[in-house]
Amino acid sequence: MDKKQESLTSSEGQKVMETKSPMNPEYVRQRRLIHVVKDNIIALLLVILVIFVGITQKNFFSFANLINTVSNLTPRFIIALGVSGCLIIRGTDLSAGRAVGLAGVVACTLLQRNDYGDKFFGANFAAPETWWYVLGIALFVVFLSMCFGLADGLIIANLKVPPFLATLGMQTVIYGIARVYSNAKPIGGLRSDYTSIATAPIFQVGTFNFKWLFLFAIIGGFIFWFLYNKTRYGKYMYAIGGNENAAEVSGVNVKSSIIRIYMLAGAMYGLAGFLLAAKSGGASVNLGQGYELEAIAACTIGGVSTGGGVGKVSGILLGVLVFELLKTSMQYLGINSDWQQIVQGAVIIIAVAFDVRKYLKRN
Amino acid sequence: MSEYLLQMKNIYKSFNHIYVLKGVSLNIRPGTVHALMGENGAGKSTLMKCLFGIYTRDSGEVILNDEHVNIKNAKDALDKGIAMVHQELQPIPERDIAENIFCGRYPLKGFGPLKIIDHKKMHEEADKYLKEVGLPYPSTTKLGDLSVSQMQSVEIAKAVSADAKLIILDEPTSSLTENEVDLLFDIINRLRKKGVAFVYISHKMEEILKISDDVTIMRDGTYVGTWRASELTTDLIIKHMVGRELTNRFPKRENVPGEVVFRVNDYTSPNKRSFQHVSFELRKGEILGIGGLVGAQRTELMEGIFGIRDVEEGSLQFKGAELVVKKPRDAIVKGIALLTEDRRATGIFGVLSVSDNVGIASLDKYLDYGMVINNKKLKLVVDDNIKKMNIKTPSNDTPIQYLSGGNQQKVIIGRWLANAPDVLILDEPTRGIDVGAKYEIYCIIADLAKQGKSIIMISSEMPELLGMSDRVMVMCEGRLTGILDGKEATQEKVMELATKFM
Repeated sequence: MDKKQESLTSSEGQKVMETKSPMNPEYVRQRRLIHVVKDNIIALLLVILVIFVGITQKNFFSFANLINTVSNLTPRFIIALGVSGCLIIRGTDLSAGRAVGLAGVVACTLLQRNDYGDKFFGANFAAPETWWYVLGIALFVVFLSMCFGLADGLIIANLKVPPFLATLGMQTVIYGIARVYSNAKPIGGLRSDYTSIATAPIFQVGTFNFKWLFLFAIIGGFIFWFLYNKTRYGKYMYAIGGNENAAEVSGVNVKSSIIRIYMLAGAMYGLAGFLLAAKSGGASVNLGQGYELEAIAACTIGGVSTGGGVGKVSGILLGVLVFELLKTSMQYLGINSDWQQIVQGAVIIIAVAFDVRKYLKRN
Repeated sequence: MSEYLLQMKNIYKSFNHIYVLKGVSLNIRPGTVHALMGENGAGKSTLMKCLFGIYTRDSGEVILNDEHVNIKNAKDALDKGIAMVHQELQPIPERDIAENIFCGRYPLKGFGPLKIIDHKKMHEEADKYLKEVGLPYPSTTKLGDLSVSQMQSVEIAKAVSADAKLIILDEPTSSLTENEVDLLFDIINRLRKKGVAFVYISHKMEEILKISDDVTIMRDGTYVGTWRASELTTDLIIKHMVGRELTNRFPKRENVPGEVVFRVNDYTSPNKRSFQHVSFELRKGEILGIGGLVGAQRTELMEGIFGIRDVEEGSLQFKGAELVVKKPRDAIVKGIALLTEDRRATGIFGVLSVSDNVGIASLDKYLDYGMVINNKKLKLVVDDNIKKMNIKTPSNDTPIQYLSGGNQQKVIIGRWLANAPDVLILDEPTRGIDVGAKYEIYCIIADLAKQGKSIIMISSEMPELLGMSDRVMVMCEGRLTGILDGKEATQEKVMELATKFM
């Protein structure tokens, strides 16, 4: 009753305010639609592009292309999941790509065929030919990469170095370590039980191969969804991103939360590096170069706000998908790779600009 | 030509339909010091922000030198000859004095379109103005090497360099020693003789009576009056500042204070200007009000108790045992809650939902298997809070930033109640909240006390302090100046204690 009476008794100006109030469900519904469009404007534009390319270019909407896209997408999704936590707490992680590279290189040196001629550890190095050895190496590179995440987290949380600079420094450090470790030589001759993780199908439906690789993306996505929505880890993460000071006052251990977020991010880069090297059939120090920017762009396109406190796993998946399709579309349109770089960079900047605007207005 | 340099007539200003300025007028004669006085929240700063175009006034006129003006921003004001020296100075400490004075309007030299900064001229000019304000330093001195009072002189020099005819000083002496205050008064007197007018915002009665020519007093956003300073005394000023009808009504309190549950012993901050040797105790089911002026260090003391600020010495006793609080979590797990003063800075998570805002401090209570948050349990708590406190929100998932201030405040009270605390520290619980919601929050507070919870309530609003407290503790400049029984406390007594060291 009071709502109606209020708007009747109040002056004209207040009436307008009243109907535009967030307390008015009708207004909220209208705004929600407008917001959905506005908030995802970049994603929508890219989807339109994809549809355009699909209609005009033959074979774009094909199983082969779908599988190719999903295969490329998996490591990128895993990296984006890792970096999303850093972004949600208003940080960033520029060391992601190089961490992927180091993990890939280390995994490759330990997982070469025993009969391969140019083995990294020399002809006498013989690794056990069992699946658990491969698993052990996977866990090792994940752990290794997590240690760099731990270092990032400690530097950011305790030394208060801005995340941008801390992880930029770490990027170079990790790259240097990868070069020293591998003498900057590309590593090939991988074992088939390793490469098959990325290439072999679990099952086939017609021409559709469901690869092992996809399983990692699905499990990774599910774990992150669980963490972000069902645990204190996630709630504290959103709280720190939403208002770090208020989180501290509310009893959140901000420092240890930040450190754990960067550690988990590091672990994800390790996993991505392990998978990416398997998929490529080898690794060099340049593996993963620039992937951090792609991952950050994908997150931003998918609604992870650089303003902090906002971001969903479904959005991240959408962002990675859209960004990947953008790249594929450009290939189909015959745009040369140098120009693709320019477009990708521009999309990243535009996506962040839109993101910043949408939260600027509302705060 | 009128006798006034600046006239602000009948200024109205509202935020979200709440009027914070209701027909305020200010008439400043050239070459005078005009004190602007009023309690915290009386609207002094808002009035000045309306003058400077930081806020747009709803109605009213601003007349400068017989011309109607609408000042757009600080630079526009400076061009028109009005400058402000803020309470918290905003200097560029790593640059020298001259650059601070001329920042944004450097003297230039050059040929045609190619202009460079004329450093020689800049320093000559700066030295001239420094002499005028009596600051014995060359203009090449790095600003960061100066004391606060000297930086203030630089700010005044900056105003003079822009040929300001009116300089606004907002709490200029709040961090100055007595000698420094005398130096400031020298500068003011010198400039006053040259025809510069000042608006002097301060709480300090003695200073006001000493330096000012005219005094305008505001109360609750209304204009009380303007007097010649020679007609006033400290008592008269206090009477004008607080002499109002109690317009807010308060719920009937049925709480009965019991035994002492919480004791603060000799709490002292490492910062000498902050709280020093404060001891008090709090009873079960009691509402302890804390009064004082801005700068009395009440908030700082509470933040010290809650582990947000460092404490040099002192101890806490809670339910008969020693309590060590190094960080907020230590206090929270023992059952102490702090509703912070600045809701936006340290209270709400703006982009997060109402539900997340309620749950954040008590997540441990909704866990299944020790790690999975059971959203159903959380929802029960949130729904319960929304219902009990009459929180108006479209849904549990609405980001809290879309709620009104009063509803946001209730959500945050709900956050703490979810933890079932025994002691609630409420720092200005009704700041920026409209009258209706204020009453609801008073009811919540009274009800909590009745349930046996102990409440510390910092309040700068006199009626609230007197209307809600069982006892009123008053602080001045970091020190405890007295504890009054709620029934005996009057506005005059509280004001006297709050200005004891001024």
